Amino acid sequence: MTVSTLAAEPTAGAGRPPRRLSSRRSGSDLAFRGVTTTVGISVLLITGSIGLFLGLQAVPTLSHYGFSFFTTSSWQPELNQIGIAAVLVGTVEIALVAVAVSVPLAMGFALFITEYAPRRLRSSMVSAIDLMAAVPSIIYGLWGFFLLQPHAIGLARWLSQHFGWIPIFKVSTDPNAAVWQQSKYTSSVFIAGLAVSMMVIPLACAVMRAVFDQAPRGEREAALALSGTRLGVIRMVVLPFGRGGIIGGSMLGLGRALGETAAVLLIISPAYVIKLRILEAGTQTVSALIAGNFGNATKSQLSALLTAGFVLFGITLVVNLVAAVIIRRSRSGAGIDA
Amino acid sequence: MREPTLDPTVDEAPPAPLRPRKVTTTTVDERLELIGAGLGSLCLVSIAYAHVLPTSGVLGFVVCWFLAFLLLHALIAKTSSPWPIVKDKIATSVMWGLAGIVLFALATTLVYTFSQGISALRHANFFTHNMAGVASTAPLTQGGIVNAIAGTVIMVAVAVLIALPLGLLTAIYLSEVGGKAANVVRTVVEAMTALPEILAALFIYVVLVVGVGFPKSGFAVSVAMSVTMVPIIARTGEVALRIVPSGLREASAALGASEWRTTWKVVVPTARAGLATALILAIARGVGETAVALLLSGASSFTNLNPFKDPMNSLPLYIYTAFETHDKTAIARAFGAASVLLIIILVLFVITRVIAREVKEAR
Repeated sequence: MTVSTLAAEPTAGAGRPPRRLSSRRSGSDLAFRGVTTTVGISVLLITGSIGLFLGLQAVPTLSHYGFSFFTTSSWQPELNQIGIAAVLVGTVEIALVAVAVSVPLAMGFALFITEYAPRRLRSSMVSAIDLMAAVPSIIYGLWGFFLLQPHAIGLARWLSQHFGWIPIFKVSTDPNAAVWQQSKYTSSVFIAGLAVSMMVIPLACAVMRAVFDQAPRGEREAALALSGTRLGVIRMVVLPFGRGGIIGGSMLGLGRALGETAAVLLIISPAYVIKLRILEAGTQTVSALIAGNFGNATKSQLSALLTAGFVLFGITLVVNLVAAVIIRRSRSGAGIDA
Repeated sequence: MREPTLDPTVDEAPPAPLRPRKVTTTTVDERLELIGAGLGSLCLVSIAYAHVLPTSGVLGFVVCWFLAFLLLHALIAKTSSPWPIVKDKIATSVMWGLAGIVLFALATTLVYTFSQGISALRHANFFTHNMAGVASTAPLTQGGIVNAIAGTVIMVAVAVLIALPLGLLTAIYLSEVGGKAANVVRTVVEAMTALPEILAALFIYVVLVVGVGFPKSGFAVSVAMSVTMVPIIARTGEVALRIVPSGLREASAALGASEWRTTWKVVVPTARAGLATALILAIARGVGETAVALLLSGASSFTNLNPFKDPMNSLPLYIYTAFETHDKTAIARAFGAASVLLIIILVLFVITRVIAREVKEAR
């Protein structure tokens, strides 16, 4: 159409205004845009409505128990005593233990991949960390319960023997007894946190590795040229550059750890008391509470469980959004004083 | 490598290819330092740990050995090198140590699961029978997990049928259409990739089971799985679509193709390896989900092939329920099921690697 008019008057040009280009979309283009936009927006609405639906279900419980829902620690529906204070503390404790264990390991592994590993080993190391991320939570639960726990209680006892004066490492039994009470050390926050850290490590490591990889070559080489050691390059170039990735990866891991269900469910034994003694048996998390009590819950208990789920949703959403923003910033190069 | 040419049109021979000088080498001294520190610390610790100090246990031994190794290595290095180099050497050892811990943990997970699962896997009935009428304490020659395997396959297949079109179209929307709304969608989708599975299960329970009155079934599980799978496909898929060179899109548009044809015939086929990876990542996530099946279907011992009616078992749910019995043979079966689950994950994983390698070679 327009092409043929152009061909008909090839010499016309000087003095005439440029041909108007029409960017009107054809019918099929509009349909394409319409369909994909509709799907995109509906995915937004579906995922966005998770919070809405859980929130609606939480209204009856919250209006019935009020603020005491957040301050009561016992979960005894038959006595009409329901609160998530202890459960929230347990959730946060397990997540913090998992993050505290996995951040050094993830950072070390990420630095190992980008800086230390021999070149031919590098891609298989990346595969290993990807595989670690793909192993299901329940398998880490079995691993944690049957293989890790017998070894970890020895470590827990050692910690309580030598660092028992720190409140969180105290255990309400005599750690120096000749026949020590092993059952006091099992199913604890500590062991569940170790199992969860297996899922946090690959997540945090992948983010950190991506950021460390992007550390500017020129600055690396400058540091080397100034006779810096490899450690010097890491401290002066890689870590300052990757700060956003380290924080963002850790936060992402925290979000994952807060919502972890299967592994925690296998390892912990439920206990509804606020306790800061992480080596001692018994704790509870929001997701394990829901998974463990959902099957035989009455209607009002169900509402309480959904409310607990809503609280978990709020916490993980905030953590994940903050992590996403930090990681995106670090990728765009903002916040780096170069 | 190009041969030096005598072609007169080339006025100077191309320079010899520049190879970066190898900046890191290990000298004989450094190797001897490592070996010496390793052997010395081993001897020291094996005497002190086992005979002098009131300590025991393999874990503690390895930790003490590593610490003694670091100390000895530092002392040896200090005799010949300045302090910054000593620090660098210690840091190198620490990094290798940290990487070793991570790899060791992963290796023990895989090896332990298979070594415990082999006793159940050895019996053929484990793959051909279900647990209907078989007590969880029955010997391993009876019963099997065919119902859980079938359940997992059906649930994941249905979840893929739901999640793939939604996820793919969302990825296309984010990368090909874009706009202000797309940024909001991207942010929410990114946040939802980390949504705990238990919340997806609760959401589907509220909407589908309580709201619509749909029975607890395999289909409800599939829908909940797809809630967690769509963000993964959309986000990973968008990354794959973005790296398609825009020259291809422009060439297609210049030939008169509509946006739909450009996307479908040019962009998606070019990015198909990345999209396949996105799908497999999502499947790997769905296969391992325990809580969705626990909340939305419930365990069953019989084989159920109808996703719309009656409970349907899945592998992770089977592992969980068998674990809960705390019975020895049931736990052996749980490890057998865990091994099958791991094999599925490993196969999916190898497929992604093969696809990724093909892409690399094609470039």
